[in-house]
Amino acid sequence: MSILSNLINGISLGSVYAIIALGYTMVYGIAKMLNFAHGDVIMVGAYVSFFAVGSFGLPPVVGLLLSVAVCTVLGIVIEGLAYRPLRQAPSLAVLITAIGVSYFLQNSALLLWKSDTKIFPNFFAYTDAAGETHNSISLFGGQLTVTYVAIFTVVICIIIMLGLTWFTGRTKLGKAMRACSEDKGAAQLMGINVNRTISMTFAIGSALAGVAAVLLCSAYQTLTPTTGSMPGIKAFTAAVFGGIGSIPGAFLGGILLGVIETFAKVFNTQISDAVVFAVLIIILLVKPSGLLGKTSREKV
Amino acid sequence: MAKKYEKPKMVPVPSHSIIPERDIDKSPILECQHLGIDFGGLRAVDDFNLTIGRTEIAGLIGPNGAGKTTVFNLLTKVYQPTRGTIMLDGIDTAGKTTAQINRMGIARTFQNIRLFTNLSVEDNVKIGLHNQEPYSMLTGIFRLPKYWRQERAAHERALELLSIFDMQDMADAKAGSLPYGAQRRLEIVRALATNPSLMLLDEPAAGMNPSETAELMDNIIKIRDTFRIAIMLIEHDMNLVMGVCEGICVLNFGQIIAKGTAEEIQSNPAVIEAYLGKKKGA
Repeated sequence: MSILSNLINGISLGSVYAIIALGYTMVYGIAKMLNFAHGDVIMVGAYVSFFAVGSFGLPPVVGLLLSVAVCTVLGIVIEGLAYRPLRQAPSLAVLITAIGVSYFLQNSALLLWKSDTKIFPNFFAYTDAAGETHNSISLFGGQLTVTYVAIFTVVICIIIMLGLTWFTGRTKLGKAMRACSEDKGAAQLMGINVNRTISMTFAIGSALAGVAAVLLCSAYQTLTPTTGSMPGIKAFTAAVFGGIGSIPGAFLGGILLGVIETFAKVFNTQISDAVVFAVLIIILLVKPSGLLGKTSREKV
Repeated sequence: MAKKYEKPKMVPVPSHSIIPERDIDKSPILECQHLGIDFGGLRAVDDFNLTIGRTEIAGLIGPNGAGKTTVFNLLTKVYQPTRGTIMLDGIDTAGKTTAQINRMGIARTFQNIRLFTNLSVEDNVKIGLHNQEPYSMLTGIFRLPKYWRQERAAHERALELLSIFDMQDMADAKAGSLPYGAQRRLEIVRALATNPSLMLLDEPAAGMNPSETAELMDNIIKIRDTFRIAIMLIEHDMNLVMGVCEGICVLNFGQIIAKGTAEEIQSNPAVIEAYLGKKKGA
């Protein structure tokens, strides 16, 4: 039963990584840049929902929606102010800017909300008439406990993944995104507004960060200004692991990373991160473009 | 030998250019005046004046590096011109972006094919149709009846356009997997899908064999006659240029050295010099 329980925990953790990784991978696929501030957008979303629910007593659903809304706007603003002026600049300049934005968000949060750890309320728990709090279901006569947040995380992740696949494949904006990801110049000459398309990509990626914020903090229940950075890096790893730029790749990479990390923790908590990154190195040695990444052959 | 297509009489217009006689009662589709661009200290294109009639097939030729593709990039605002004006259908295009220029009616193909190789043939054409499907994002997300109606219309239109080149059976194939000639044709279809009034073809016959080129010539005429649009092409294949182009403009070192009909260009000493060099002792 402990293997099953670990597997479920791993898949749930991996689903959060997958949702964050989808944000990385979409932005990379279309804007060809690594948005290292993505993890910190999550942190901002988490604070927004924390204050909405914890301080103002709004229902969790409103907290989630507020987190999504604020993150979406924040994503568009970051893209417009920090990245758009650098569209023609070398990719290194954009990368450094992204790191700068990341620190800017962390330190702004530190200034605004102080460094003390906030206890994040679990959005996926309810209190019954007797005053008891329920946050999980027991299966097999209590041998296996699965938290609600784990179930919701996996379900939401699958919905998002299917939704995005359909969106990029079937809708007009989705097709415009794929066109931009292949050739921005040609896309422009086909009447596609590239700046708007990139802006929409950031909006979608950041909206996902808003969802991830609530799921992540409901599971771990702690919140500091640096909450977003480690999951951000792990999710970035997951995106590379699955093949950056590929939506199913981000999903697969996230789940695998979560499962590997959880099982590594069972054996030894301290080296779990080392195991995760070691697996990444091995995968990249064998398949440099990631699990589902496309190998681009140079034509001679 | 290239097939002879019926050519109209070319008549002069006030802007010191010539356009086909049949277009004379309509305003020209494109008018460039003193167009020029500098790259640092290099005058890549200078004092480029050209008028194209509404249904004209115009040719832009010149030795390598003469600035032909630069002219296309200026017309589509990939480069912002340093000097001069471009009037498209009587409207000044100053300050417009590339995407806006496309919506205003200029479509183009590329010298080196730039299809969306991982998308299907049909999706490539649909991206061209993109700016003519005016449903909003909400309609798309909630899949309102309008979405279905317009997606079906786009599907039918895409197949119809593909059928010009007999490519409707390839609609589901990946664009990158098509043979070279078909990719070139798909680029033209994709450009046509944006509903242009002027189509720019950058070396459409590059890499084609003589029979494919002959077919392309027929198709250029057919597209002009079906869609009633103007076409401007850059090409090194002189059989094609002399065969289909009505007005031809010769560019050398960024300057127009000759303008005229095929016959006039062929006997123009400046053109012969640009291509073959000066006669000894002349």
